[in-house]
Amino acid sequence: MRYSALSILKNGLFGNKGWKPAWRTPAPKPHYDVVIVGGGGHGLATAYYLAKEFGITNVAVVEKGYVGSGNVGRNTTIIRSNYLLPGNNPFYELSMKLWEGLEQDFNFNAMVSQRGVLNLFHSDAQRDAYTRRGNAMQLHGVDADLLDREAVRAMVPFLDFDNARFPIQGGLLQKRGGTVRHDAVAWGYARGADMRGVDILQNCEVTGIRQSQGRVLGVETTRGFIACNKLALAAAGNSSRVAEMAGLKLPMESHVLQAFVSEGLKPFIDGVVTFGAGHFYVSQSDKGGLVFGGDIDGYNSYAQRGNLATVEHVAEAGKAMIPALSRIRVLRSWGGVMDMSMDGSPVIDRTPIDNLYLNAGWCYGGFKATPASGFCFAHLLARDAPQATATAFRLDRFKRGYLIDEKGQGAQPNLH
Amino acid sequence: MTSYRLNQGGLIDRAQPLSFSFDGKPMTGFAGDSLASALLANGQRLMGRSFKYHRPRGVLTAGAAEPNALMTIGKGGRTETNTRATMQELYAGLTARSQNRWPSLDHDIGALNGLLSPFLSAGFYYKTFMWPATFWEKLYEPFIRKAAGLGEAAKESDPDRFEKCWAHCDLLVIGAGATGLAAALTAGRAGARVILLDEQATIGGGLLSETATISGVPAPRFAETLLAELEALPNVRVLPRTTAFGWYDGNVFGAVERVQKHLAEPLANRPVERLWRIIAGQALLATGAEERPLVFGGNDIPGVMMASAARSYVNRYAVAPARQMAVFTTNDSGYALVRDLEAAGVSLSAIIDSRAEGAAPGLYKGSARIIPGAVVRDAHGGKSLSAITIASQGRTEKLGVDGLAVSGGFSPIVHLACHRGGKLSWSDENGAFLAEDRKGLALAGAAAGLSGLATCLEAGARTALALLDQLGIAATFAPFPDVEGDIVAPATKPLWSIPGIKGKAFIDFQNDVHRADLGLAVREGYAHVELAKRYTTNGMATDQGKLSNVNAIGLLAEARGVSPDEVGTTTFRPFYTPVSFGALAGSSHGKHFQPVRQSPLHDWAKKNGARFVETGLWYRSAWFPRAGESTWRESVDREVRTVREKAGLCDVSMLGKIEITGKDAATFLDRVYCNGFANLPVGKARYGLMLREDGFIYDDGTTSRLAEDRFFMTTTTAYAAGVLNHLEFCAQALWPELDVRLASVTDQWAQMAIAGPLARAILQDIVDADISNEAFPFLGARTVSLFNGALAGRLFRISFSGELAYELAVPAGYGESVADALMEIGKPHGMCAYGVEALSVLRIEKGHVTHNEINGTVVPADLGFGRMVSTKKADFIGKHMLSREGLVAANRHQLVGVVPLDPATSFRTGAHILAKGATATLESSLGHVSSSCHSPHVGSTIGLALVRAGASRHGEEVMVWNGLRGEYTPGRLCDPVFVDPAHEKLKV
Amino acid sequence: MASLIACPHCGRRPKEEFTIKGAALVRPEPEADADTWFDHVYLRDNPRGRYAEFWHHTSGCRRWLVVTRDTATHELEETRDAALWRRETAR
Repeated sequence: MRYSALSILKNGLFGNKGWKPAWRTPAPKPHYDVVIVGGGGHGLATAYYLAKEFGITNVAVVEKGYVGSGNVGRNTTIIRSNYLLPGNNPFYELSMKLWEGLEQDFNFNAMVSQRGVLNLFHSDAQRDAYTRRGNAMQLHGVDADLLDREAVRAMVPFLDFDNARFPIQGGLLQKRGGTVRHDAVAWGYARGADMRGVDILQNCEVTGIRQSQGRVLGVETTRGFIACNKLALAAAGNSSRVAEMAGLKLPMESHVLQAFVSEGLKPFIDGVVTFGAGHFYVSQSDKGGLVFGGDIDGYNSYAQRGNLATVEHVAEAGKAMIPALSRIRVLRSWGGVMDMSMDGSPVIDRTPIDNLYLNAGWCYGGFKATPASGFCFAHLLARDAPQATATAFRLDRFKRGYLIDEKGQGAQPNLH
Repeated sequence: MTSYRLNQGGLIDRAQPLSFSFDGKPMTGFAGDSLASALLANGQRLMGRSFKYHRPRGVLTAGAAEPNALMTIGKGGRTETNTRATMQELYAGLTARSQNRWPSLDHDIGALNGLLSPFLSAGFYYKTFMWPATFWEKLYEPFIRKAAGLGEAAKESDPDRFEKCWAHCDLLVIGAGATGLAAALTAGRAGARVILLDEQATIGGGLLSETATISGVPAPRFAETLLAELEALPNVRVLPRTTAFGWYDGNVFGAVERVQKHLAEPLANRPVERLWRIIAGQALLATGAEERPLVFGGNDIPGVMMASAARSYVNRYAVAPARQMAVFTTNDSGYALVRDLEAAGVSLSAIIDSRAEGAAPGLYKGSARIIPGAVVRDAHGGKSLSAITIASQGRTEKLGVDGLAVSGGFSPIVHLACHRGGKLSWSDENGAFLAEDRKGLALAGAAAGLSGLATCLEAGARTALALLDQLGIAATFAPFPDVEGDIVAPATKPLWSIPGIKGKAFIDFQNDVHRADLGLAVREGYAHVELAKRYTTNGMATDQGKLSNVNAIGLLAEARGVSPDEVGTTTFRPFYTPVSFGALAGSSHGKHFQPVRQSPLHDWAKKNGARFVETGLWYRSAWFPRAGESTWRESVDREVRTVREKAGLCDVSMLGKIEITGKDAATFLDRVYCNGFANLPVGKARYGLMLREDGFIYDDGTTSRLAEDRFFMTTTTAYAAGVLNHLEFCAQALWPELDVRLASVTDQWAQMAIAGPLARAILQDIVDADISNEAFPFLGARTVSLFNGALAGRLFRISFSGELAYELAVPAGYGESVADALMEIGKPHGMCAYGVEALSVLRIEKGHVTHNEINGTVVPADLGFGRMVSTKKADFIGKHMLSREGLVAANRHQLVGVVPLDPATSFRTGAHILAKGATATLESSLGHVSSSCHSPHVGSTIGLALVRAGASRHGEEVMVWNGLRGEYTPGRLCDPVFVDPAHEKLKV
Repeated sequence: MASLIACPHCGRRPKEEFTIKGAALVRPEPEADADTWFDHVYLRDNPRGRYAEFWHHTSGCRRWLVVTRDTATHELEETRDAALWRRETAR
C-alpha cells in the first residue's frame, strides 16, 4: 500500500481502519538464497537493495528482537560524508547520495534533513587538519566550507565566544550533512524489502552456524534451522559473537556509546554542531529534543548502558560549547553497543569461510553509512565483488598493513 | 476568579503570603504552596497546551509525573523551560509563563490541529511530506519544527553556580515517606551511616497528604517527629529537594539537589544545584507508587485529575480542586479522597466505582452517592470540565461537575531498580509490574506493591534490617505506633479499556497519544511494545511515560490478546526526572572547562610581552611582539632571523620529561625505542623514535644518559602523559623482571632552549665548566654547575632549529631568575626571546618533524628514518608488525619539502598535493602539506608534505591544491631540509 | 563497568582515576611467527562475559592492573597488579 497525502486523507475519513501492516510476519522457509543476520539498519538495507537493485528476493532477515532494535534506534541520527581518507570518503558520499533520494525511493518519510554539520576548531593544528579534510572532501566533489570565527558566530551566535577555555577559531561545514529520523530508516527499509518479497523474521535468534567442509550451509535459530546459499552477517555490536559461531575471531571489540536527549524545546539549534575542544555533538530533532552525545565510555561492554562519569563529561563539554544549555534538562540517556574496529573503519567483505560474508566494525559511525552499507553489501553478495567505493573495507587489510585509520590511533579500538 | 483556597488546614503558612505571576497576571499564594497548588487556589485551571493538538490542559498530578502543567519560569540566563508546576516551590516574585501556545494560552491557533486529528494519526508524518523532495527542508520541516517542542529556552549564559560532590554511606534510602522514614530511622538508630533523600522540599512523602493519625498524631506531624530524630543523629544525612536520577554500576547513585531553586535570587556563594554521586553499601527504594489514569473520552479536560493528587491539594495545600466533584475509581483509594473532600466541605456529586461490588463493606461511612459497576465514559467541556457521562449496566447518565478525580490503581515506582538491566514482571495479584530486589538494592513499601501506612512503616523497618544484616550491621526492630483512619486499598483488576467512548481517550497526555493511535500501531505491525512506543511516541514526553506506559501496555495486551507480562515494558533508563546540563557539568565550563597548565617560565614570558596560545592544557608563549611590529608575522620573522643570526631563548619546559633509572634502564630503552640506546655513552644525548606495537611511530624525543643507570627522556608536549603511561605499561605489564623505575619530572624542571650562533658565548657566562665545542660537543648531555656553584642544572647540546643550540634545565623554582639572567647577559649580543611560532618556523626550515607529520599513520621510513630502525635488536615495541606489505610499499606517503614556484605566492597547511596537470580528484591526490610557514631564510613560503613515493620526487612540479580557500599554487617538491643540509652549523 | 575499581594498592577508587588499555594479553616471544604477532596485535576474543583487561591507575598509584570483570553485567571479579599477573602467567 502506497503512502501519500491522499492515502492519509482517504484513511483519515474512514477512521484510519484501512491501514495494512507495514510488513508481514511470515514463518521461516526452509531455504533462502541469502540469509541476513541482523534486522537493524544495515541488514534491512542490504535486503532492500538485494531485492530492488540486484533482483535477489528469496531473502530472509533474521532478527533476535524486533525490527530496528539495535543501534539504528539508538544513535544521534547524524548523517555526513566529511571523511578524510580515500578508502572512506567516496563510500560515505555514496551513502549521502542515497540518503538524498531515499524517501522517494522507499516511499517512507524518514525526515532526511540536510541542515548542515559544523565541526568547530579551536587551534591552528585543528584548523589545518580540517583544511586537509575539507580539501579531501572537495576533491571528491563533496561540499565543504571552511568558516572563520565570525562566520561561525553568524551561524550559531550563542556558542561560547567570550569566555571559553579554548576559544573557537572557526569551523568546517558540510551543508549537506544533517539528521534522519532513525527508527524510520529501519521501518522504511523493512517495509520496502518486505514489499519485494523479503521475509523479515523477528524474534528469531541465531544460535549456530552450520558448516560443512569449509562452507556455510545455514543458520540454527530459535525458530529452527534455515538453510541458505549465502550467509550475510550484519550484527554490529555483536559481530564477534556471531562470527565466533563460525569460528572466526575478528579485529574488533564491543564498546558502549551513550547518547542523550533533552526535554522538548522550541527551535534552539538548527543543524548539527560538534565541539572541537571536548567530546560533544548536538542537534535538535523535529520533535524538539536536543539530541547529543560524546565519546564511548572506553571499556568493552555488551550491556547497553553507560556510566555517570561519561554523562558528566558530555554535559561539561556541552555547557562549555553552549553556555545556555545550563538550564536545559536532559531527559534520557541510553547506551548502544558498537563494533569498535582496530583502525576505526568497517569491514564489508567475504570471509575465509565459503558463503559467509561480513558487514561489521562500524564503530560509532554506522548510522550515516546505512544506505551505502546495505547497497555495497548487497553488491558483494550479488556479484561476489566489492562495490567500487567499498574496496578498501577488506578483512585482511590489518594483516596486510593497509589500515584505514582516520584518527591515526592504531590498534586500540577505544581510541578510535 | 474566586479563590479555591480552603479556609483551614493544609501545611501552608498563611502568615506568609507570596505574590507571583502567571502569564503576566499577578497572583498570590502562601509559603508551602507549589506553583501548581497556588495556581489552582487562584482558580487557574488551564495551565498548558499539549504537544500535538494543543489541547487545553490542567494539572493532573501533584508530583514528579506531571505531564501537563509545564511552565517556563525565571528570566534571562535563569530561564527554565518545561518546569513542572507541581514540583516548583512557590517563592515571592516567581514569574511563570505557559508554553506551546500562540498568541495566548486561552486563544491558541495551534488548537486547530485538533480538527485535523483524523489525518494526524500516529506516524502520519512517515507517510507524507515526501513530494517534491526539496520541499522537506524548505517548507514542511520548518513548519513542523516550529510547531514542535514545548518551552522556549534562553540563549543567555547562566549567572549561577553549580557543584558536584561524592558521598558514601552504608544505607541509602530513596524516598522519605512512611517506608523510607521507618527504614532510615531503623538504620540510623543502629549507628549505620545513612543518607535519606527525597525529591520534595518537605520530608514526609505521602504522609504530608494523609489525614490518618499515627499514635494519635496527624500523619504530617508524625513525619516531623521522625525527621527531628533523624536530624539529631550524627550518622544520618537528610537531603530534601534531592532526586535520585540514576543507578549506576558499583552501586553508585546519581542524585541532584535543588539547593536554591526555591529562591528568587540565589545566594552567590552557594550553588543552585548540587550533583551527588552516592556510593551506597546498600540502597532501599522507598519511592512509592504512581497512580494510573483511566482511559475515557475527554480524560484530559482541565478539571480531571488523579485522585491522589486531589487529596494532596485538599489536605496538604488546602485547595479545593473544584466546586463540584465526582470521583471515578477502580479501587478503595478513591474513598479516602471522598472522605477528605467531605471533611473539607467540598461538594461531591457521586462516586463512580467500576467494581460491581463497590468498596469493601464498612470502608466508607459517608453520605455520597455511590454508583457501583459504572464507568465514566466521557468527560465534557472545553477549557474546563463541565460534565461527565457515566455508563452503567447499559444506561448512561450525564452529570454536571467541574472536577473529576480518577484512580486506575497503582504502579510501583521502580525506575531505578531497572537502570542496570533489571526486568519487571507483571503481577496479577498486584495489578502492576513489580521489580525484584537486586544486589545492593531492595524495594519496600508501595514501591514493592504494598499498601497501607502500617504495612509500609513495618516493611521499611524490616527491609532496612535485612540490608544492614548484609552489611554486618546489627540493628533491632522497633514497632511503630498504631495507625488510625488509614484507608488501605488492596489492588484490584485494572480497567484498561472502557467501551463506547465518544471523545479522544488519552494515554500519553503530553504527546497526545490516544487510544486509537495504539490500535493503529497494532494494525500496522508496530505491536511490539518498543515499536509501539517509537511509532506513536507514547512514553517519550518529558514525563517518560510515568503515567502512560502501563496503560499503554495494558491496552496493547488487550489488543494482542495476551497478558501484560508478555507485552513487557519498554526500558527504564536514566534520568528518573530530567536533570539540567548545569548540574551535570558542575563547575567545568567556561574558563574552567579544563585546568590550566603554566610553565615555570610563564611569568618570565609574560613580562617579556609574550602572546600566549592554548596548547593542550598549556599556555605557551607564541611570540613576543615589540614596539613597531603590527602583525604576528613581523614579530615571528624577527625572532627567527635573530636566532639564525645571533641568539634566542625559548621556553621548552612543557616538553615531557621522564627520569628513567635502574640497572636495566638501558635495556628497557632499547626495547621501547626502535633505535639502539644500550650503547649510548654516559654524557650523551640521542634522538629516539618510539613505535606503537603496530609499527607506526608513536612519539619522538631525545633521551640522555646521565649515568650508567640513569637516563633523562624528553617527549613531545602533546604525548607527555601518554608516553609515561606507555613506559609504565612496558615496565610493569610486559617486563616486570627488568630493574627500571620511571618518574615524571616535567614539572620539576624549567627548560629553555638557547639557540643561535652566539648561544655558547651567552651560556658560558653562567655555566661554570668549559662548554667549548671540544669540551662539550654536539649531543653532549651533563649535569652542570651554574653561577659559580650557586645552582646545579642539566645542559644538553641539542638543536631543533639547526643552529648551535643548547637546552638548559634548572629546578623549576629557579627558572625565571635564570632566564632573566640569560636575557640580561644576552642583551648586548642581541639575543631575543622567541616563542613557539618562531620555534615552528625554525624546525620547518630544518625539516624536523612534529606530530603534524607523526600523525599516527607514518612509519620511520616515511620520514627518512628508515636506517634508524635497528636490525640488530631481537625485540623492540613495533618490530614485529613493521614488515607488513602495506608498511613497506613503495608508494607510501613520504616526507618531502615543498616550495611555491613563484616565491611571491603562498600555500597553507592542509592543502593537497596534485601531480602537475592532474585532474582534481581524491584519487589523484598525492598527499598533503603537513606543515608550512613563511621562511625568512628561504624568502618564501615553505612546507613539509607527506607525498606518495615523495623521496623519489624531489624536483617534481606539483599543484598545491586548496579548493577550500580557492588557492591553487604551482609548487615544487624538494628536500625537506631547507637550512644547512650538511648539518654543520649545529656542530660548530 | 563498575563505577569504582578496587585498586590492590589504593582501595576502591572512582573509575575516572583509571585509564583502560584493553585486553590483558601476554606479549608473544620476539621470535614468534607473524601470525602469532598479528593475532596478538589485532584479533580480540571480545567475549560477552568474563574478560581480563589492562587498566592503569593513572591518577593514583600509577600501577597497571589486570581487572577481571563481566562485559555483560559490568560486575568486577578481581583486580591484580599487572606485574604480579605477568610473573604468574610467565611463559
